[in-house]
This record gives sequence, structure tokens and C-alpha cells, in this order.
Amino acid sequence: MKDQSTAAVMSNPNQSEPKKTGKKFKINTGLLWTISPATIWLVLFLVVPLILVLFVSFMSRGTYGGIEYTFTIENYLRFLDPLYLNIMWTSVVMAGITTLACLILGYPFAYLIARSPVQYRTILLFLVIVPFWTNSLVRTYAWIVLLRTEGVINNLLIYLGWIQEPLQLLYNDGAVLIGLIYTLFPFMVLPLYGSIEKLDKSLLEAASDLGAKPWQAFLKVTLPLTMPGIVSGSLLVFIPALGLFFIPDLMGGAKTMIIGNLIKNQFLTARDWPFGSALSIVLMILTLILIAIYVRIAEGDRRGIHDI
Amino acid sequence: MTSKLTRWSAVVYAALIYSFLYIPILILIAFSFNDSKLNAVWQGFTLEWYVQLWSNTNVLEAAKVTLIVAVVSTIASTMIGTLVAVGMYKYHFRGKSVLDAGLYIPLVMSEIVMGIAFLAFFSMVDMPLGIWTLIIAHITFCIPFVVVVIRARLQGFDRSIEEAAMDLGASEWKTFLLITLPVISPAIVASALLAFTLSIDDVIISFFVAGPGSTTLPLQIFSMVRFGVTPEINALSTIMLAVTLVIVITAERLRTRG
Repeated sequence: MKDQSTAAVMSNPNQSEPKKTGKKFKINTGLLWTISPATIWLVLFLVVPLILVLFVSFMSRGTYGGIEYTFTIENYLRFLDPLYLNIMWTSVVMAGITTLACLILGYPFAYLIARSPVQYRTILLFLVIVPFWTNSLVRTYAWIVLLRTEGVINNLLIYLGWIQEPLQLLYNDGAVLIGLIYTLFPFMVLPLYGSIEKLDKSLLEAASDLGAKPWQAFLKVTLPLTMPGIVSGSLLVFIPALGLFFIPDLMGGAKTMIIGNLIKNQFLTARDWPFGSALSIVLMILTLILIAIYVRIAEGDRRGIHDI
Repeated sequence: MTSKLTRWSAVVYAALIYSFLYIPILILIAFSFNDSKLNAVWQGFTLEWYVQLWSNTNVLEAAKVTLIVAVVSTIASTMIGTLVAVGMYKYHFRGKSVLDAGLYIPLVMSEIVMGIAFLAFFSMVDMPLGIWTLIIAHITFCIPFVVVVIRARLQGFDRSIEEAAMDLGASEWKTFLLITLPVISPAIVASALLAFTLSIDDVIISFFVAGPGSTTLPLQIFSMVRFGVTPEINALSTIMLAVTLVIVITAERLRTRG
């Protein structure tokens, strides 16, 4: 009640039109018109579907692949099966390696862009933004063209006489990792660039004046201050890396499976929607935990700056 | 001496990373013009694969679906997103932080979870998968991007101009139309372009909500790649790359200008 009236006062200090609406209905029409379409849309097509997934995850699987409406926690217990634990573990390891590789390759790269002369910076950054928006499937396909047995790399190596027989470069975990790193690399660089660019250079000068060696200044000043960029970049790489099912589908061997493939298979091949839903809920909880950690770090960081 | 060395190694490192990003794409584009069915050795220039695409009914149908879905979801998500961005900028209301969180969910959530949530929802309400389910899903994941772009623009906006207009007797609607809208219009166009790119490039969510008769271009590429590598796929990929490039250049110009 109070909120609505203050909102009305704030937004409309001198209402020129006479009050057509009765005095009791003092709902702000501007507010109503602006936020209700999005609110209704999100509730209907985001909140309701997600609640539905939660609901289905506690149901049992029907005999013919349908959903039987009896409550069970069986779907969550199935995780303890070594088969699924194994897939989860592989998935987390693959996503972890991808994140680490993107961070190690991306940090110096983002630093270089952020410290490059201003006249080049826009174009250098733009060259990272383009792959960011480019279709990830097309980018995956580009690597298939390079890596396959009759592909560009094998042909080149044979032509150069370095190898006689083509190498098996595709359909293994290494190929999947290349695909994941290549697809997600821009998602790491852009937030890193954002936080490095904001970094106050005078802090580094101060560290150097006080006798810190460059690596000490990096560890004690640069790294902590760019931590929000590191964490958000890592999240933007790690979370999609668990779900990009088409990369293992197209570049991995028969055994390479990540959570994304497992979920997809439950919905499309195995037709076990309750188990697929439970997997999705677990993935969602994992995501929320990671985001909570990020918020913690970002807030802690802000507090840290205030302390200085 | 050392500074020169570090500078050179920096340039070399950056060049290596840019090569890593661009060489695969450039090779893909080059082979779309190669006069050979094999994507491996250069045989000569041809446009044959582009001509073949033009007579591939599956591809043409997918292109039509992609375009319809992209146009409709761009218009709808830009309108809904702009309204809510303006509303959240202008008003304080109960539940604002909840709405804020709701708008951020699609940005951070795993796409596959959204995909299966839509699939479950559409099957529960008995809505057949097809162009409409694609449109609904695309509008949903485009809205948050539109909101982010427009809010960024509004943050740098001097609010006193709006207040001045209202003090001089302009109604709220008139103020919005004559003051707020012109200021945020570059951001609106930029966000529409980004929504369009998001829509035409989406793979994972579309994978779950597309019906048998309503494939989009990325899904078409997906099924083509499964059957093998052909120069036709290169040609189709090249076209998609070109479209994305044009849109992103335009959007970046609009976003960074003024």
C-alpha cells in the first residue's frame, strides 16, 4: 500500500488530467503498463515451467515412457548409481578443465587488450565480441572440418610428410575439450576485460613505489581487484560447459557424455522425463550455488575497497 | 630492452589467440567456395554450393521458419523488455527485487534446463511443438538481454530533463514519448538487433521446442553435420556468419555511439 502511493507521488507530481479513475483505485497506470507484460510473461513461461520441472522430478516413470503421478524420490536416489556419478564427475572435470584453460589463456589476453593503445582497443575488443555472438554450432563445425580424418590438419601433415597415416584427432575427449574451449573462450575474456579495464593503474604504481616486485604487485593488487571478473568469467564458461550437449555429440567418442547429453537423452531417447527433470534440478541447484558464491565474492570485494 | 621484449611477446601472444579464434572460421569460409566435395584440399573457386543451397527445400523451409521466429520474437521481446526496463527505472514498487532476479534467471541458467522446462510445459498444456512454441521460447530468453542493454543506457540518462518536462506540464505519456524514448532509441534498436541474433543463432532451447515440421537453420545444420561434412554446410554456415557479423557491427555502433 505504502509503496504504491509513494510510487504514484514520485512518478506523477502534478497530474494534469482530472481524475477519471475513482479515488479508491489509485493504482499507477504507468507502472502497470510497463512492468505487467514482462511480469506476466516471465511467470507464465519461466516460473511455471520451472516449477513444473521440479514437480515432474518427484513423479514416477510410467510404463510406456509417460509420467505416473505418484510421489517418489527415486529419481534423486538414482544419482548414487556409479554410472551416473561417473558421468557427473566426467562432466564436472571437463567443464573445470575448460574453465581453467580459458582463464589461463584469456587472462593475459584480456590484460593486453585492456592495456593496449586506446585507438586499437575498440577493434581488438570487437574481434572478441564477434565470436561471442557467432553461432556456437557453426564454430563447432569449423573444428570438425579441421580435425576429422580427411580434414585440413591431417591433409596438411601428410602433405608435409610428417605423418604417413591420418591421425585420429576427432571423436575423443581432447576434441570435445577443444570444442568447449573454442566455443566458450569469449565468455571468459569479456568479463575479464571489464574488470581489468576498471583497475586503477595508480594502485600498481603505488605498490611499485613501496617496493613491490611486479609479480608481488600482481598477486597482491591486480589479482584480488580483478577477482569479480575472474569469477564471473569462470561462471559464464563453467555453467554452459555442463550443458552444451551438441559438442560431445558431434566431436566426442561414443563414451564421452556430459550432464547435458544425459538430460537430453532422458527426454528424447530414454523417455524418462522424471529422471531427466531430477537431473535438471540438480544442475539448477549447482548453478545457484555457484552464483551465490559469485555474489559473495563480488560483495566482499566491494567491502574490501571501502576498507581501503 | 626488456620493455621492448615484453611488448613483442605481447603482440605475438595476442596474434596467436586471434589466430586461434579466427583461423578455423576463415578455413570454413574458404572451403565454402572450393570446387570439391571434400573439405580438405583447395581445387578452385566455385559458387556451386550456394546455388545448391538455394534448391535445397529443407534449408529454404528452415530459413523461412528461422526468419519468422526471429522477427516476431524480436518485436515482442523488444517491446516487453523496453517497457519493463523503463518501468523499473522510473518506479519503485514492492517486489522489484524479485522481478529483477526473475529477469536475471535466463541470463545465468543453463540453457538446457530452460529447454526441457519449455518442453515439459508445452506438453502439459497440450501445445503442439512448432513455430509458436519456438516463438514463445525465443521471446522468453530474449527479454532479459533487451532489459540489460536498455537499462545500461538509462543509467547514464539525466533524469532532471524528464522532471523539467513534467514541471512544464507535459503528461507522463508525453514525457515518455518526447524525452525518454528518443534518448533510449539507439539502445532499443541495438537490443532488437541483439535479440534477432540470439534468436537466429539459438541451438539448445530450439532443439527442445522445435516440432518435426519447424526446423530452424541451426537445427538444420546440426542434422546435416550428423550425416557428414559437406561444402553445402560450409556455405550455409558462411551465410549465417555474414548475417551475424552485419548485425553485430550495427548493434555495436549504436550501442557505443553517444
